[in-house]
Amino acid sequence: MVSPALKPQPGARIDIHDVSHSFDLDGRALPVLDSVHISAEPGEFVALLGPSGCGKSTLLRLVAGLEPPTQGSVLQNGATITTPDPSRVVVFQDPTLFPWRTVWDNVALGLEAQGLIRSQRHRVDEALLLVGLTAFAKAFPHQLSGGMAQRVSLARALVNQPSLLILDEPLGKLDSLTRLSMQSEIVSLWQREGFTVLMVTHDVEEALFMANRIIVFSERPARVAAEIRIDRDYPRHRGDPYLAELRREALRLLGLDASW
Amino acid sequence: MSASSTTDVGGLVLSRPASKLRVWWPGVVASLAWAATAWVTAELEDLGDWERTGMLVWIFAVVAGGALLATLAYGVFGRLPQRVQRKGPWLVALALFFGVWELFAAKLGILPQPFFPPPQALLEVFTDDYAKLGISVLYSMKLYASGYVLGGLIGFATGVSVGWSRAVGYWVHPLLRFVGPLPATAWLPIAFFAFPTSGSASVFLVGLATFFPTTILTWSGVAAVPQAYYDVARTLGASRRFQIFKVAIPAAMPHVFVGLFMGLGSSFAVLVVAEMLGVKAGLGWYLQWAQGWAAYANMYSALLVMSLLCSGMITLLFSVRDRLLGWQKGLVKW
Repeated sequence: MVSPALKPQPGARIDIHDVSHSFDLDGRALPVLDSVHISAEPGEFVALLGPSGCGKSTLLRLVAGLEPPTQGSVLQNGATITTPDPSRVVVFQDPTLFPWRTVWDNVALGLEAQGLIRSQRHRVDEALLLVGLTAFAKAFPHQLSGGMAQRVSLARALVNQPSLLILDEPLGKLDSLTRLSMQSEIVSLWQREGFTVLMVTHDVEEALFMANRIIVFSERPARVAAEIRIDRDYPRHRGDPYLAELRREALRLLGLDASW
Repeated sequence: MSASSTTDVGGLVLSRPASKLRVWWPGVVASLAWAATAWVTAELEDLGDWERTGMLVWIFAVVAGGALLATLAYGVFGRLPQRVQRKGPWLVALALFFGVWELFAAKLGILPQPFFPPPQALLEVFTDDYAKLGISVLYSMKLYASGYVLGGLIGFATGVSVGWSRAVGYWVHPLLRFVGPLPATAWLPIAFFAFPTSGSASVFLVGLATFFPTTILTWSGVAAVPQAYYDVARTLGASRRFQIFKVAIPAAMPHVFVGLFMGLGSSFAVLVVAEMLGVKAGLGWYLQWAQGWAAYANMYSALLVMSLLCSGMITLLFSVRDRLLGWQKGLVKW
């Protein structure tokens, strides 16, 4: 693919500072996060791994600014996050494309919302080029496959030139082949653009293949149980014995090593 | 191949397909049926004194000729435009319908006169009374369009506000619950003295009948927008205004059109009743007037015009919808 001219913004530094959060369930407080303390360096790729339903996705919503934490604070480059901001964009598990908009118009959403679309139309074309969907610019979401739809949602995020990309199990609903190829795609996008990434996943291999660092969470209410640093350059190889070793460790931390 | 014949020409055996006659049977039958209908109309004695029998014969004959032309065209080109070809069976059915109607009403008297006038009587209304009928259509349309557009717009705005804002919902919901289900026709007596003219009263009633379904369906459409759409929009920097106009409203549009469609039917009913009872113009008035004179042919003509108008408006609404909601799959075709 020819080099796209999305100018990389320096990645954001993210500090999740002693965050606890609970949901209101019929008047009772259901704690989901318990004193979570995580920092991500600018340009770092951090994977959040944990049992299903442990509260990882809630943590991402707090970082995105969609909800305020019950306790503690989330900081972006030292400033408290209070509202959503296009410098931190989320790619959800479902592509959540707007069905009444074409692929191009879906990608243009952020620029339109920020009032930049008139002067910055070329950025939409560049983002589509980046994910290889230029030919589908005029298609409607119902005409796309699951993998293509998720790539559109990735382009919709990247067009904002984010300094933090928040991925909430972005590949969770894709078939395994599409999944593998998109893992590589996201890694190369991240390397080219230089943003920071926070990615929730419950796929250990995925985390090992993509991230600099893995944070392992406990059962709900989620606490940071362990941290795994992955000292391997990109592109990585799935058969790497070093990754296999880390995989065993990660599974042990999740209490799943019996089957290994 | 049984459809080919072999010819021995000077030792050469040529095989060629037999010239296969292509016949569009619906066209053949339709031509004959229309011709028969024309013949019945022309040759049998009319029971009553109708002036347009001759013209009707001509019309039937022209249709028969058209069907014959289409059949010939099919024989030559092997096919017809899809739209024409698909209508073949209907062309036959219509010929039978008109033939039987003509026979029973005008020739045999099986349908009692003057309650079930023959086709030439309706034709006479259109040729002789077109001015009054046309004016009535214009008056009806004027009333209807003002009421429908007003009711639709206010209903849409109300639905969006109720769906979007808790505060508006708190105050408007009870009103909708109690006032909405009242049939708009129940307001008729009050509307006629509360409004300065019967025209403005009718606009109000038509608007009311449109307003209720449009409001309810718009509201439910806005309420059904998935939270995820707003999450996406907010993380991309969308203001509240953007969320209303670029997320909530487009997502609710399929519902809005269902509401507008329902409003179309109920408000037309209100219009006709209002015109029958108070307004001194329009198709409802024309119906009432025709009944007063026992002019049954005029009543049927007015009914025919009404049905064409209603169908036309639904066509219009659906084509607007198809333009706006082309992104949806499986739309009903009108």
